[in-house]
Amino acid sequence: MELLLDILEDIHPDVNFKEKTGLIDEGILDSFDIIRIVADIDEEFDVAIPPEEIIPENFNSAKSLYELIERLLGN
Amino acid sequence: MLFTSYSFLIFIITVFISYYLTPKKYQWILLLCASYLFYGLVSIDYLGYIMVTTISTYFISLKIHEINQSKKSYLMEHKELSRKEKKEYKKEIKKYTKKYLTFGMLLNFGLLGVTKYTNFIIGNINSIVTSFGSNGTLSFIDIAMPMGISFYTFKTMSYLLDVYREKHDAEDNLFKLALFVSFFPQLVQGPISRYNDLSQTLFEGHRYKYTTVRHGIQRIIWGFFKKIVIADRILVAVKTMIVTPDDYKGFYVLLVMLFYTYQLYADFTGGIDITIGIGETLGIEMAENFKRPYLSRSIKEFWRRWHITMGTWFKDYVFYPVSVSPWMLNISKKSRKKFGNAIGKRVPVYISTLIVWFTTGLWHGAHWNFIVWGLMNGIVIIISFEFEPTYKWFHSKFNVEDKLAFRVFQIIRTILLMSAIRLFDVYQNVPLTFRMFGTIFTEFNFNIFYDGSLLQLGLTIGDYIILLIGLIVLYSISIYQETGSFRVYLNNRPQQVRYAVYSLVIIFIIVFGAYGVGFDSTQFIYNQF
Repeated sequence: MELLLDILEDIHPDVNFKEKTGLIDEGILDSFDIIRIVADIDEEFDVAIPPEEIIPENFNSAKSLYELIERLLGN
Repeated sequence: MLFTSYSFLIFIITVFISYYLTPKKYQWILLLCASYLFYGLVSIDYLGYIMVTTISTYFISLKIHEINQSKKSYLMEHKELSRKEKKEYKKEIKKYTKKYLTFGMLLNFGLLGVTKYTNFIIGNINSIVTSFGSNGTLSFIDIAMPMGISFYTFKTMSYLLDVYREKHDAEDNLFKLALFVSFFPQLVQGPISRYNDLSQTLFEGHRYKYTTVRHGIQRIIWGFFKKIVIADRILVAVKTMIVTPDDYKGFYVLLVMLFYTYQLYADFTGGIDITIGIGETLGIEMAENFKRPYLSRSIKEFWRRWHITMGTWFKDYVFYPVSVSPWMLNISKKSRKKFGNAIGKRVPVYISTLIVWFTTGLWHGAHWNFIVWGLMNGIVIIISFEFEPTYKWFHSKFNVEDKLAFRVFQIIRTILLMSAIRLFDVYQNVPLTFRMFGTIFTEFNFNIFYDGSLLQLGLTIGDYIILLIGLIVLYSISIYQETGSFRVYLNNRPQQVRYAVYSLVIIFIIVFGAYGVGFDSTQFIYNQF
């Protein structure tokens, strides 16, 4: 989780990712941010996030994103 | 059959009455018949294309769904499989479903490609061949582009992709899928609805409900106001200035920029208001396509508010798949190693952005001006992205972000930028557009604003006053809509006030609509895409 928070904070240092639960719904992350996050996750976790998983529910919070990574690692 | 024609008015009134006289269970069948009748009345030749798209998509989506279902059953029955084995199995199944998906997409995008782009490709090949001194050229083919093919193909392919992605089940009733593909109000200019959203209200029956019908009629009237009073009026002046562009240089080009911006806005959003309004009168909900784009403070925000269903289509089915594809991630890794983190991270975003905007331009039309228009949008978005840290620094340093004057400045800046890029759409010729835009800085004919030249563009002083009133009404309602629904506000007023407003708007449309000599209620601009 710490590694994921580092990735997110690197993109938006001013956002408290531990608390926020509406990263997409509130417009904090845009499509450019998402692509950078997906590329970073691929690099750091060696997990490829497929396009069909790029939906608000998976990117709205650091927790949901982490759960997605764990799910994809499990698969 | 134009939305603004009397025949269409008679058509929707007939559909409306028949719809509520039909038992709820069969209302969707009536809509299917009405949609095919509408399309057939436009041209009987087009029906074949839409039927091929519908039937092919129906069988392919059913097959993909069937494979996915058997995958699920197999995994349920074989819980003893290891993670690795499950992964391998899913991969194999995906490969299999991908073959069907690819076939469906090649067939349907192929139909779109052949009817829309063949002559464009032939024209380009001929230009290349003749530039090498050869006399032999290919002949253009005689093929008509079916009306609305770009819209219904995109809508149908999103359905197929979503079945492939297991976002929803395949529709097992061919005729219901046929209605989704051909639903007449959105057949010619969108919105590009997703099956998941539209199917919620499209197939179920509806009982006549005064409030939703009233809502729908209000929206239709508002759409007619935008189209007939504003768009068709501005069109006259724009046409005059672009037919012989060399007679209208300098500040005229500025006028063309702004006039066309509001013409297109009133035309396209007016058409969508009529579309969504018709849906509402029938109890059918459609996705919104606009959220007051000309109140955007940046070009990125503009594209989140303008033609939303097209933007999200490209985002979901082109931008993300391209930017997270293995080859793109590979490019990202390599460029990070070679150029460092800062540049490496930008590479997939920028390449995907340019691909998306190239295809968006191409979707709009088989002409270089659309492709350049698309790429210009992509380039401006990339430049804005690069300047973001500078903007943030400036905003915090001078504490201007929440100041009204600064917000107005940002809105005007966005309008000017978008209008300038739109010139490619207006002149429909890339070198001419650059040349005309250049004249703004070389020909200072400011006198056109006070020497009566503006009255030579086909509009009278009365027309300009009507346009001004129209735009003030448009902006006032847009500003109100930023915080609430104007229709809800209106519906909460006493009946006398409501009827006074309706009468005023209808009288305005009848009296001040752009009819008569020199004016012609024209096709909607987006009908041609």
